[in-house]
Amino acid sequence: MPTDVLMPALSPTMEEGKLAKWLKKEGDSVKSGDVIAEIETDKATMEVEAVDEGVLAKILVPDGTENVAVNTPIAIIAANGEDVAEASAPRQKVEKAEQPETPAKGETEQAAKAPAKAASAVATPPAPAVQPEPDVPAGTEMVTMTVREALRDAMAEEMRRDGDVFVMGEEVAEYQGAYKVTQGLLQEFSDRRVVDTPITEHGFAGLGVGAAFAGLKPIVEFMTFNFAMQAIDQIVNSAAKTHYMSGGQIICPIVFRGPNGAAARVGAQHSQDYSSWYSHVPGLTVIAPYSAADAKGLLKAAIRYPNPVVFLENEILYGHSFPVPKLDDYVLPIGKAKVVRQGSDVTIVAWSIGMTYALKAAEELAKDGVEAEVIDLRTLRPMDTDTVVESVKKTGRCVTVEEGWPQAGLGAEISARLMAEAFDYLDAPVTRVSGRDVPMPYAANLEKLALPSVADVVEAAKAVCYR
Amino acid sequence: MAREPRRSGQAGSERTAASGSDSKVAAGPARRKAAAASGRTAAAKAEAALNAALPQSAPPPGLSREAELEAYRAMLLIRRFEEKAGQMYGMGLIGGFCHLYIGQEAVVVGMQAAMKPGDQVITGYRDHGHMLATGMDAKGVMAELTGRRGGYSKGKGGSMHMFSVEKRFYGGHGIVGAQVPLGTGIAFANRYRGEEAVCLTYFGDGAANQGQVYESFNMAELWRLPVVYIIENNKYAMGTSVARSSAQQDFSKRGASFNIPGEQVDGMDVRAVKAAGERAIAWARGGKGPYILEMQTYRYRGHSMSDPAKYRTRDEVERMRTEHDAIEQVRKRLLEEHKVAEDELKRLDAEVRQIVNEAADFATHDPEPDPAELWTDVIYETA
Ligand SMILES: Cc1ncc(C[n+]2csc(CCOP(=O)(O)OP(=O)(O)O)c2C)c(N)n1
Ligand SMILES: [Mg+2]
Repeated sequence: MPTDVLMPALSPTMEEGKLAKWLKKEGDSVKSGDVIAEIETDKATMEVEAVDEGVLAKILVPDGTENVAVNTPIAIIAANGEDVAEASAPRQKVEKAEQPETPAKGETEQAAKAPAKAASAVATPPAPAVQPEPDVPAGTEMVTMTVREALRDAMAEEMRRDGDVFVMGEEVAEYQGAYKVTQGLLQEFSDRRVVDTPITEHGFAGLGVGAAFAGLKPIVEFMTFNFAMQAIDQIVNSAAKTHYMSGGQIICPIVFRGPNGAAARVGAQHSQDYSSWYSHVPGLTVIAPYSAADAKGLLKAAIRYPNPVVFLENEILYGHSFPVPKLDDYVLPIGKAKVVRQGSDVTIVAWSIGMTYALKAAEELAKDGVEAEVIDLRTLRPMDTDTVVESVKKTGRCVTVEEGWPQAGLGAEISARLMAEAFDYLDAPVTRVSGRDVPMPYAANLEKLALPSVADVVEAAKAVCYR
Repeated sequence: MAREPRRSGQAGSERTAASGSDSKVAAGPARRKAAAASGRTAAAKAEAALNAALPQSAPPPGLSREAELEAYRAMLLIRRFEEKAGQMYGMGLIGGFCHLYIGQEAVVVGMQAAMKPGDQVITGYRDHGHMLATGMDAKGVMAELTGRRGGYSKGKGGSMHMFSVEKRFYGGHGIVGAQVPLGTGIAFANRYRGEEAVCLTYFGDGAANQGQVYESFNMAELWRLPVVYIIENNKYAMGTSVARSSAQQDFSKRGASFNIPGEQVDGMDVRAVKAAGERAIAWARGGKGPYILEMQTYRYRGHSMSDPAKYRTRDEVERMRTEHDAIEQVRKRLLEEHKVAEDELKRLDAEVRQIVNEAADFATHDPEPDPAELWTDVIYETA
């Protein structure tokens, strides 16, 4: 039996990659462990090894092909003694059709049964729906870039602008970032300003805060926010409270940033959303952008802001592309939500990856004649309640979307604020869509069940519209 | 971040000697001579070590008349201030936690004498002495204790949370051990900017068991940060004695696995403290990285005002007070060696009492913060 060599996934969230180079030619014999090709993502380069002994019968995806979906057959290996020509003959159609086009990791099972389109919103975020900032001058050129690149550019620009800005964290320098967000910074700014730390979250978070007290402007990267729980004492007790406790004498200009929330298939300890945790704390400013433009404009603002900022990124969004205004200095205001889609029937409030569900749901709802207004909070603390209230005055209904747990989540907070400030305008109870009240399971189907879905949001929106 | 080579040629061997030393008293160049002094009393040992430790550049352990007078006055100010704070607590003028520094005065006063302008200080919640030693105003400190608007934190911090950017005092922290990474970060900033300053980071014997202390040690040595870690070993963390909490009771060795040199210092002798402080600060300022000083000291009062201190005997406390009191030691030397007249000391006493009384008076009558202050200083607003 000839064997297919499939495009491998390099990370839990990888969906596609580039076939950079074949190291073997058709007809070469290979044995298990031989490196046969190199593949690249925006994060890393990896080698593909042969898993079987035989002859490389056919290369299905040539050198330099971009956007090769994970699990796509890229070559065929004929077993020793097998007829190479037969092995490389076109495969039967049926087999092909079973390959999902762009399966998100962990959704293979689902994708195999249903058309790829029905995969979760996460796989294909409706990027174009996000309008550019209202105050971007008309006619500004837009460039497409990933959230990852936008974050990197934001840091690089601010580091060029201010010598007191430096970045520290695990693997930020020589490794170029565990998620490649700090790619290239070491080369430009040297190891004085791009500092690899030992695995010592509590220690380096505190060290960063001390450096901020002494006047520097640290960007502390957590490999993920799950690990920042080790450091949460320094974030809350030292960074957030000292300005107040000192009667305004000490300032703490620091940014804690890194991926937050569920990635994919990494289990309970690596899949927690901290939006509500940090936004609970006076003295902290909490930002959770969705689009690349917001990621850039808000990270630049956060670095300049003379207060501790918790900047919650999302691993799944890192690789997604959005239009970003091509401006020398694109800085956005902290604390301003954005109405991303106008609508008159129901307000959907989301942020970060929650926006993918919200925007997809709005599209679905439109098909059924329900016009949703979608608000991206962007900053979680201070929360732009006014924008939400204004919208609810128009729609009379509100659905909140978050991946975090329901109890004491931000949906609960938004709901309470709407009761206090827009009670007379509400035509239905505010409804929350959230992650389920369980630790994140590993199994693909259970994980999917634990997270909010587009269908959940559609259902909630219809319910509050009594449809 | 690149590890910088040590500036001194002998640093390597010096450090090996220091960290490998079995000496209970001193490390570095003093090691062999100090070890030879074994068998004598702790104080004599400390003194002998001190003499041995100061061969080349360091000043002799004995202080000048002026320096002794200055130390006497500074220690007395702390003692009288703390006694007054205790009284005011009893009168209900001070609330919450109030951790007195009585007994430990020689530590901060000796270290202050070893510092240079620009050096920073950070500590935990037993911080009144540290603040007074850096020259912070007694009125502002006392008014913070009483929660008044004239306090260093406008009444919003309290006993455990005061700061003075002007005096380079960075608090005042209530989470045991948290000040250690913070101080290390201040040192990081010094190095980043190429400044000469050294950050003096104080913590207790109890705090020395926190994990973040060792996380800090590792980074400080890895990056050769200019920080001196001063472990104030007053034998107890609340009611838990060092023996009941610490597998390694020689705190000077707590940096051994990070190659940080350390020494044990008689923290009741201001001369020993100053001399050790000078060595440690010179080491850190010279680009050789962190240094640990274990200050062997004692707190006479309970952990905080509400602690009856049943975990130790009256005898133990009495012995420390009568045989080792830091202020009495200096007073004796001033009278006997420096021939200072009793009257002059009385005058100093009166002067100190007046400062403390004025501070108490101010802290009693200064108004409470304006209610509007509740909402200020949460976020720093730029103009
Ligand atoms: C993280 C933390 N745990 C516990 C406490 C409660 N606590 C306050 S002081 C203290 C004892 C600390 O002793 P030590 O470090 O020896 O300092 P000392 O009080 O002797 O100056 C404890 C347990 C705290 N403030 N922070
Ligand atoms: Mg103690």
